[in-house]
Amino acid sequence: MTAVTLPRTAPTDPRAVAETVTDPELPMLTLADLGVLRDVRREDDGTVVVEITPTYSGCPAMGVMRADLLHALHTAGFHDVDVRTVLSPAWTSDWISEDGRRKLAAGGIAPPGTAPVRSPGPIPLQLGPTRRTAVCPQCGSPDTVEQSEFSATACKALRRCRRCGEPFEHFKEI
Amino acid sequence: MHEETVYEALSNAHDDEGHWAFGTGFDEPLAGVDTTVPDGIDPADLGAYCLMLGDDALVLAQRLTQWITNAPELEEEVAIGNIGLDLLGQARLLLARAGSVGVLGRSRDLATDSIPDEDALAYFRDADEFRSTALVEAPNGDFARTMLRLLAAATVRLAVFARLRDSRDPVLAAIAAKGVKELTYHRDHAARWVLRLGDGTEESHRRAQDGVAAVWPLLADLFTATDVETRLAAAGVAVDPAGVRDEVRDVLTQVLQRATLSVPEWPAETGPRGRLGEHGPELTELLDTLQGLARQHPAATW
Repeated sequence: MTAVTLPRTAPTDPRAVAETVTDPELPMLTLADLGVLRDVRREDDGTVVVEITPTYSGCPAMGVMRADLLHALHTAGFHDVDVRTVLSPAWTSDWISEDGRRKLAAGGIAPPGTAPVRSPGPIPLQLGPTRRTAVCPQCGSPDTVEQSEFSATACKALRRCRRCGEPFEHFKEI
Repeated sequence: MHEETVYEALSNAHDDEGHWAFGTGFDEPLAGVDTTVPDGIDPADLGAYCLMLGDDALVLAQRLTQWITNAPELEEEVAIGNIGLDLLGQARLLLARAGSVGVLGRSRDLATDSIPDEDALAYFRDADEFRSTALVEAPNGDFARTMLRLLAAATVRLAVFARLRDSRDPVLAAIAAKGVKELTYHRDHAARWVLRLGDGTEESHRRAQDGVAAVWPLLADLFTATDVETRLAAAGVAVDPAGVRDEVRDVLTQVLQRATLSVPEWPAETGPRGRLGEHGPELTELLDTLQGLARQHPAATW
């Protein structure tokens, strides 16, 4: 491990530092924009506790997020940092901020609509084509079709614009 | 610990001895989660139950990834890979939960103690210690059979997970609430393929109907509770599989009828087999691939 020079200035608000950390797979978004950063607080003993929640059970980016948060907070002068996973309540795409939605669209990814409401009973089958709509982030046309409900990451679907012909990704409602 | 770069932060995330080579390494999926077992729940039963649900996910994920580079179209390859990844994530959480309540016991007979519980459970148990069912273990067959198996497996799992959202074990309830969202996508994806294939060409219909014939017998051991499930269901922790039988049958019948496929007789139920560690040779074969390298080099780190 390499020794580093710690900043001499007093640490700022740990929340402000944690809120600058971006998502490893969607670098245009911060973890706060994404709704993955659930809480940042200081315990009485000075430890900074950061809570994050996975978007999907198999999200392979959790380890990098944890490391990025530790790195940012250590660099800002917070020595004792505890990054914890919280599983409940389960993450929903509704937690993506308005700012985050704008950044997604600007980055070529259509933002999600409203997530389906989950009833406590059996989950109804959806056999027809999905009713989701997405506006093409390239040309703005609403005339787009879904190619696949799964894309390069679990959180996105693959669509194509009928007007400009470009393929694009759509952040899934979940 | 003050890291210069993210890469150092990653390599120091766990310990100074490097990461065990065959796990995900970076973090333990339940890091920071309160894993206390609520009063009145037997930890041994809870661990055994988490293995049942975790092993189903692990084995099906492994089967699905066998399609990578072989799927009929690129988009479908990506879909199958993502479904497998969701299931692998569920398996990690469930095996970690099983580990957190002590299923590995005190005398871990492993080459190294530094292997995380979830990985020790995935890589170092023999077939007869697995609690998965025949439905997820059977070979893929062709694409139609793969989609029929995925439809059946996702339907059963979704029905169970939807109920587990109310489990008295808060960790299990949280894993289930998350899993429900993913499994809804999996089930609907498989169902749409079954419609497309069943109500497609003569050839696709024939293959889908053959898939039904291959998958239906695999439902025989799914709906009778083991003693563990019976005890945990009574304690409000687990789901009695008999309670999801009608819902599963309704969903499968609905899809098959819409797909113009004939619905076979419900198979004669055999009682639990896979849940008790009884498996066919195909699980051993699958585990040889999954575990072979890790077992040859159990102490490898990077």
